[in-house]
This record gives sequence, structure tokens and C-alpha cells, in this order.
Amino acid sequence: MPESLARAGRALLRHALVALAALAMFAVILLLAHKDPIRAYLDTFRFALGSADGLIELVVRMTPLLLTAVAVALPARLGLINVGGEGQLYMGAWLASAGAFLLPDLPARYLLPIVIVLGFLGGALWAAIPGLLRAARLVNETIATLLLNYVAPLIVSYYIFGPWRAKGSSAYPQSPLYPDAAALPPLFGTRIHAGLFIALLALLFYWVLLEKTRWGLEMRAIGGNSEAAQRLGIPVARWIVVALALGGGLAGLAGMGEAMGIHGRLRQGLSPGFGFTGFLISWLAGGRPVGILVMAFLFALLTSAGDTLQITQGLPFAVVNILLAVILFIVLARRPAAGGAR
Amino acid sequence: MTTPLALGVLAGAILSGTSLLYATLGETLVERAGIVNLGLEGVLLIGASTGFAVAAGTGGAWRGLLAAALAGGLANVLFGWLVVTRRANQLASGLAMMFFGFGLSALVGAPYVGSVIVGLPKWRPGWLAALPWVESTTLFNYDLLTWLAIPVALLVWWVLFRTRWGLGVRSVGESPATAYAAGRNPGALQYQALAAGGVLGGLAGAHLSLSLTLTWSEYMTAGRGFIAIALVIFSKWNPLRALAGALLFGGAEALQLQLQARGSEVSPFLLEMSPYLLTLLVLLAWGGARRMAAPAGLGRTFYGSD
Amino acid sequence: MADPLIEIRGLTKRYGPVLANDGIDLDLYGGEVHALLGENGAGKSTLSKLLYGFTRPDAGWIHCDGRPVAPRTPAEARALGIGMVFQNFMLIPALSVLENIALFLPDLPAVVRPRDLERRIREVGARFGLQVDPAAPVRQLSVGDRQKVEILKLLLARARVLIFDEPTKVLAPHEVTGLFEVFRALRAEGYAILFITHKLPEVMACADRITVLRQGRVAGGFDSGQADPAALVAMMFGEPLAERPAPEAGARIPGKPILELRGAAAPAAGSETALRDLDLAVAEGEIVGVAGVSGSGQKELGDLILGLRPLGAGSKRFQGEDASRWSIARMRAAGTAFVPEDPLAMAAVPGLSVRENLALGTGRRYHKGPGMDWPALESAMAGSFAAMDFPVPRLDPPIAALSGGNLQRVVLARELAHAPRLIIALYPTRGLDVRSARAVRDLLGRARAAGSGVLLISEDLDELAELSDRLLVLYAGRIAGEFARGAWQAEQVGHLMTGSEAARHA
Repeated sequence: MPESLARAGRALLRHALVALAALAMFAVILLLAHKDPIRAYLDTFRFALGSADGLIELVVRMTPLLLTAVAVALPARLGLINVGGEGQLYMGAWLASAGAFLLPDLPARYLLPIVIVLGFLGGALWAAIPGLLRAARLVNETIATLLLNYVAPLIVSYYIFGPWRAKGSSAYPQSPLYPDAAALPPLFGTRIHAGLFIALLALLFYWVLLEKTRWGLEMRAIGGNSEAAQRLGIPVARWIVVALALGGGLAGLAGMGEAMGIHGRLRQGLSPGFGFTGFLISWLAGGRPVGILVMAFLFALLTSAGDTLQITQGLPFAVVNILLAVILFIVLARRPAAGGAR
Repeated sequence: MTTPLALGVLAGAILSGTSLLYATLGETLVERAGIVNLGLEGVLLIGASTGFAVAAGTGGAWRGLLAAALAGGLANVLFGWLVVTRRANQLASGLAMMFFGFGLSALVGAPYVGSVIVGLPKWRPGWLAALPWVESTTLFNYDLLTWLAIPVALLVWWVLFRTRWGLGVRSVGESPATAYAAGRNPGALQYQALAAGGVLGGLAGAHLSLSLTLTWSEYMTAGRGFIAIALVIFSKWNPLRALAGALLFGGAEALQLQLQARGSEVSPFLLEMSPYLLTLLVLLAWGGARRMAAPAGLGRTFYGSD
Repeated sequence: MADPLIEIRGLTKRYGPVLANDGIDLDLYGGEVHALLGENGAGKSTLSKLLYGFTRPDAGWIHCDGRPVAPRTPAEARALGIGMVFQNFMLIPALSVLENIALFLPDLPAVVRPRDLERRIREVGARFGLQVDPAAPVRQLSVGDRQKVEILKLLLARARVLIFDEPTKVLAPHEVTGLFEVFRALRAEGYAILFITHKLPEVMACADRITVLRQGRVAGGFDSGQADPAALVAMMFGEPLAERPAPEAGARIPGKPILELRGAAAPAAGSETALRDLDLAVAEGEIVGVAGVSGSGQKELGDLILGLRPLGAGSKRFQGEDASRWSIARMRAAGTAFVPEDPLAMAAVPGLSVRENLALGTGRRYHKGPGMDWPALESAMAGSFAAMDFPVPRLDPPIAALSGGNLQRVVLARELAHAPRLIIALYPTRGLDVRSARAVRDLLGRARAAGSGVLLISEDLDELAELSDRLLVLYAGRIAGEFARGAWQAEQVGHLMTGSEAARHA
């Protein structure tokens, strides 16, 4: 149908314009810092998109972002705001690590599923706390998830510096390596790990759950009109807790993935803001699965650009955050009185 | 707890609490106007980096302080343009500001990493230095920002609760419709509150780089912005309580450092958690009464669809 | 008599097809309480919105002190000396009395001097019987005291004409007496008071002059000495419609009780109405109508029966079983249907499709594994639409795209699809065009014929007359009276609805 094609074309054009505008603004900032934006962009594209290593890095970075984005998108369908992805991620990594360290002698076919389940549980339970508080109308979930964000990494740090400290790592404390049985197998002999499957499955699960099941229907009803949903007999309080727990569990899987798939051990700084980035991805994508894929790709590309900037232009990696922020400013400023997430 | 330890903690609390207090006061003003700035961390970083860069570049800590205040104010006004004029989602805009702050501060500060500056001058009146135990500590040896901490908190309180402008700001934060019916301009009041809050945030950041550490490094605020957000809630949006709260939360950090220096077994991380856990407990204790403490206008954004 | 402070001539305001105010003439004199009487929808609140600058008239003019005025905002109206005390107070609960008043002062200095203001508040308060503690936070005040703050606010902002929009709706009886003393004090000092209400006894107690509005027009006016309650009620409600479908011949013998409330009560939060001493029953094959002016507790009653509100006291039985603690899901599964006004707010979820909205609230009936048995649902709903002589709408579009009438039909089709035992209809025809309203009423009649019990809560007396086998009157959260079919007239019911003593049965 030409109508919907035209609409899709217009949407694509809008997104392209936003990207161009952002790149232009960032270029100006780079120029002001006496850097060469053209070279920076060319270098980025050449590495990130033009080389196998670059593409692999993109996928590696996308994996946790997919999960943390769904962690926000799922509760958002009920009208819940989950800014606690960071914390849920850490608690997932923590609980999964606990499993790996407590059962080091199990063979992989048992240990790996256990570790995955624990990763999910860690994040789910951490998110269930704000869920219960919100369902009981005691504390709003936005603040609760935000506050718990900062408690979780400290719990992880406590264990890294304490009970789980690897010998000889006093300068830069971290846990010992996980037993091999707990490591997520790499795919195709690259840095991409099986966590990618989990992430893609999670995205699929999110879509199927919300769009195709009767539970998803009830959840969307709560998001659309929670008062009507209540009058129709839907157990609103129960779904609030479940939705937040599900979202937290997915973020927990991201944490498990980073720990077991990339680092091979538990260390501080596991997440350079994956949780917050996930919030923004979900918000920009309007909670739509395809949008989440695209946005996660874009954000991964941005971090790749950050690395390139650091290597070739001598700029701190953090500067790429300006480009990210400019994109967000443009999107935010374009929508008067409307949000992004449903 | 021995006296030297107690004094050490107190001294440390005052030092680290200063920037926390300014940040909290700034965010209190903003939230009283009904807006949440989750990007406070970014504003602090912008203040810290700008202040340091100007000080290192021009050799003047005072110029650095002024630049930091201006930069902070501008950052908040930019945020205000998004959330007041463009009516963008406050949470998303706040996070965008946070990332903006991460990046801009890194860019501004990059040439000055490792630079050495002469920070803000400190004074200690002779008669205070003569008090027992004080000589060996940092007590009462403060720069201007710390000396002004209590007066500024009082000023913010006075402005909010004793002036026409402050009444307008609080009304907008409670009920923009009522403020409008009373003939006020809600948008203008929000911009003004944001500008003032941003200046305080810039000063808060500057205190870290120009007085506390005399260095610049990326992400040096280390989550202080979020502690300040928690502190605003903890002090029930009251500038005077923020004084006590900043001392308390700053004290937690100071206690942690002191214990570490003494080789104590108590984990520093438990202490670092305390501001957040305390705030959560306090929120729980208020229960439904929380609604009565927070500016009602925050309800739509910060508190979701309650 | 001096010149009127406010003169209104030919004031007209149209909202789409509805003529809310049609050529209204009114005079407000200083030193006088002028009551504006009328039932819901008569145009009272439109008139007050026009006076207070919330909207502009389509025709007619307003003179203030002999000069033409056209306030465009409430602030402008206040500058003219017109003040309005709303039903929903324009107060900020978190601030103190003093701060709330200060906010509206036109001459507030840049640095607020609380003590001066406090003194002024106490002075004015003493003069007019409006004593409140200036330091108290407004949220701690009773509703009556909050109203006093609203009045003080306007007095200190130099209003001379005070409009009160249904001020006694939220007051306890002794607070009403207090309010009338305030009126007396204000009147004595030359203020003009416009007292908008639908409650007769109050009007009789304090008004110097009475104007009755009906359907947007001035239906008549009296000076206090000449007013007669019966005549006023007749003027407010008019004669019953001559054209009315004859009630079904033969008294229907109601079957077993489906819903029984005994001594039921529910507390109120905020601006809700508390329910007390409710003894109510709905049997198979009968329609029980509930009449009442808005704010008498209708929504609260519907919510109580549905299970959204817990019972504070008393019992609720459904088909003989104790249903006092049942969840909404259980009430619905047992056969309770809920048809509210404004379906988009209370019974449908915007953003979902028509099909999905039909599925919600059907309980377990169409569950199929993790999904729904859509074909079965669609065919059952098609049957329901057909049984109502409605065409089946397209199921894919979002439900928000439907017109009000079509939306209500979808809700009805869903609710009535499984032969509910009890139907709670809460203003089901409000906002509908004539045809849709007619269709809804027919449906309720047919449901009764099929053996359902219907609780019809409505403000339309004609509708209630046509459909109800028994009529209850709800006033201030209590049942004020009960009538059998044909055994009542509009005036009687009107008295009970407005709380008048005259028609209270022994």
C-alpha cells in the first residue's frame, strides 16, 4: 500500500535528518576543540562498519543494550517507569556469580543454565522490591528503582573486595575467573557470546508476550487505562510486580552476560551506563522491538565512534556522550508535549 | 568513637558536604518549581570542569568559580528549554543532560588533566584555630563556599518562604493551574528557578575541583549528583534540613575514609550505601504521607501516574 | 434601591450543538443574596464561568458599575471586583492559609511580611465570621474551613461581588449554618452574593431574590417573600414529558433477589461522598432506578456494588451468597455487568483495538492456553451485537476512533454478551444522541425481560420514569425515599433530590 510506504519513507527521512543534524552539531563542537570531524567520522565508519572486528564489536556492545532496553520497555507498557536497569544488571551479575562460585564443580550442561537462571533471578528480585512498594502505593517506582541503582554496585564491590577477592588482585580488586563451565560459549570463535541469543530471545519474548498473549493484553490494558482495567477485573497490583520483576530479570541477564560472556569474572565498572542507555533506547524507540534493535545498533555505533575518537583524535572516550546528548536533545525538542515511550 | 576520629569525621563531613549542600539546594529550588533534573550529575561535572579549566587557563580560581556558576546556570536553562518550552519528558531530558555533562566536561577538561592550580584560598580565624584539637584538623579552615554554606542555605530558605517570588515558585510546583489563576507566569518562574538552581549546581561542582581535590578527572563527581537528588527527598525539600542532611551524608563518606585510613574492617561500601538506603527507608516511613511532603506538581513526572 | 453592581442582559453561550446559556438576564445588587436555582445541566456553571472570565459569551453583555466589561481571565475578573468560590477550591493544600491568601493578593510586596498579613486576615475574619488560623496548612483544614479561606482570599483581593458555586454541597449541616451567617455579615456590609445551588431549603433560608434556570433559560424569578417551594420545584423540573412510551402493562412480579445491600456503608476520601445505611435490593427481572442530583454518591454506589470500594459496614449479598469481600473479577464472573457513562474513561482502554476491548472483562471464558480464542470471542460478540440490533463494527481499529454512541454500544455488547444477572448502569445515556440513548434504554428493558436485574443510576427523571419498576432517591449518600412504579411525580422526587423537608414521608 503506497500510503504506509509513504509514511515509512517519511519516518525514515525524519530519522535521517535527526542523525544529520546531530552529526553536524557534533562536528561544530569538534571543530571548536581543534579536532577534525571529517576524519573522525570517516575513521569511525571505516572501523565500525567496514571491518569484521568493528562489526563484531558492534554486536558485542549491542547485546546488553538490547536487554536493558527491554527491561525498561516491558514495564513501560503498563505505565511504569523503570530507571533501575543499572542496579538490576549488577544484581543479576552478582547472583549468577554466587552460583558459579558456590558450584564450581558442576559440569557445564548444569551450571550454565543455573547461572543463566540466577542472573535473571538476581535482577528480577531486585526489581520486585520497587514493584511491591509501588503496588502497595508506598513508594513510587521511579524513585525506588533510581535509589536502588546505586546500592547494587556497592554490594558487588563489597563482595569483590571481600569474600570473593581474587588473590593477588589487591591493586585492582576483582573476583577470580569463573569456572569454565559457567562461561557463556563464544559464537563463531569471536567475542560475540551466547548472550546475543539470550538478548534476541528476550526481544522476541517481549513482543510475543505483550502482543500475542492474554497476559500481555491485560498488561497493555493497565497501561492504557488502569482505572478501567481495574473495573474490568484485572489484578493490577499483581501485574505491576510481575512486570517490574520481568524487566529487572532481563537487565539481570545483561549483567550475567557481561560478566560470564565478556569479562570472565566479576569486577567493578561492569556497566558503563547500560541501564540508563537502555532507558533512552526504549524511550526513543517508543517501546517497539524493531526500534529497539535499530536504536541499540545506533548507540553501539556511537560507543564505537567514541573509541575511534580516543585512538585517532586523542579525545577522551567520554566526549562521544556529547553526540549522544545532542541526538537526544533534538529528539526531545521535536516533540512538544509528547513523550517517546507509549 | 574517639575524639580525634569524631573531629576527623566532622571535618571531613563539612568539606565533602559543602558541594553536596550546594547541589542539594539547587535541586531543591528546581524541584520546588515542579521539575526534576536527573541530569544534576552532568551539571556538577560541567561546573567542575569549567571551573578548573578557566582557573588553570587564566590562573585565577575566582574566575574559575564565576565561570562554573555561569556554566551551571546555562546548562540548567538549556534543560529548562527542553522541559518547560518544548514540554519534553523530564526523565529522558534529565538523562540526556547527564550524558551531555559527561561529554562536555570531558572535552572541556581534557587539556587540563594533570594541571596544577592554586585553588580557592582558605581562611581560619585565629581565635577558632586556638580551640583545643582544632589546629591539627581542617576544621574552620575553609574557602569561601564552605564559609557561606550556612548563609546560602538560609538565603535559599528565606527566598522560598519569605518572598513573593518564592511563593510563586512553590505554587507552580504545587499546582500550575492555581498559580496561573492567581496571575503568575508558571513558565517564567520555572526558568528562573532553574537558572538559580543551575548556578548553585555549578558552584557545587566547582568546589570539588577548585577546593577539595585541586584536580580534574572525568566523572570525578562520582555519583554526588544522585546523592543530592536523594538528599532533596530526604530533607523533604527544605533547605534547612538539607544542611543537616548534607552533613549526615557527607559524614558517611568522611567516616568511610577515616575508617579506611585506620585499617578498619568495616566495609566502606556499606557506608557508601547509606544515603540511598536511608532515603528509601525515609520514603517508606512516610508511606502514603509522602504525597504531602513532595511538591504536588512533581507528581506527574517523578512519580509516574500516581 | 441603588443601581445593580452587575447587570447581565441576553447572555448566550453555545458549546457545539448545546445551548448552555440562552439569553439570560440577571441583576446583582449590593447588600443582597441572589440565589440561582436549577438542576444539573440548567446552565448555572456556564453562567458563572462567563462571569469569572473562564470563557467569553457568544452574545449579550455584562455591565459592572454601569460600564461594559468582558473579563478574559479570572485575574481580570478579580480586578473588576468579581470573585468566585468554586466547588473545587483553588487552594494549594500544602501551603498555609496565609500563603494561599497571599498568592492571590494583587498588592503583595516583594518581601512578604507575614505578621501584617496575619493581622489583616484575622481582622477580616472576625468581621465576617470567617475565623481560621492563618498558620495552619490548608490540607489540615476541614472542608468548611477551606471554604472560609477561599472567601477570605477574595475579600482581601477586594472583591465586591462574590459568586458561590454550590457551596453547600461539601458542607456538613452545622457548617451550612455558619456559611449563611457569613452571607448575612457580607450582605450587611454591602457585598453582592450570587448563590448558585439546587438545594431548596437553603434558598428558602437565606435568599433575598431567586432566579430559576432551566435548560439554559431563565424560567422565572421571585423575591424572597413571594417564593413558594412547590412553585420553585415545578419551575426547576418542569412538567413531565407528555410523550413518553407507556410503561409496560401489568405489574411485573420480581423474582429472586440478585443483589442485596443491608446497612451498607463506605467511607469517603477527599471529595467523594460517603455512603451510609444503604438498604437496597435488586431482583430478577426488575429495574431499580436511582435518582439524585450529582454528588449524592452515585459513582460511589456503583463502585461499592462492583467491588471497587470495600464495604465499611453492613453486608452485600449476590444471589444469596455473601459477596462483601469479592474481588471485581469474581463479581463479574458471577454475572455482574457495568455500563458507565463516558466509556472511554471507565470501561474501555484507549490505545487498544475494538476486538481487544471486547476481550477484556470476559473473564476466563475465552482463555485458550496463553492466548485468547479469538474466533469464539468474535462469534459470541457478533451474536451479542445482533441480539441488540446493532451492526457489528470493524474490530481492528483503535477503540478511541469510535463515536460516543458506537463506543457505548461496544461496551454494552461486551457487558450483555453473557446474560448477566446484575447490570449496574451508571448514567448510561449521558452524552449520547437521542437515537443512541433510545437504543440503550431499549436494551435495558430487554435485559429485564430476559431476567436480569438492573440498577439504573440516572439524573434523567424521564428515563427513570419510563424504565424503573421501583425508584430510589439518593441524597447525600443515603436513600431518601422509595417509590413504586407510577406512584410518584416529578415534584415529589425533586423535593427529595434537593433535600427539601416538605416531601419527607412519615
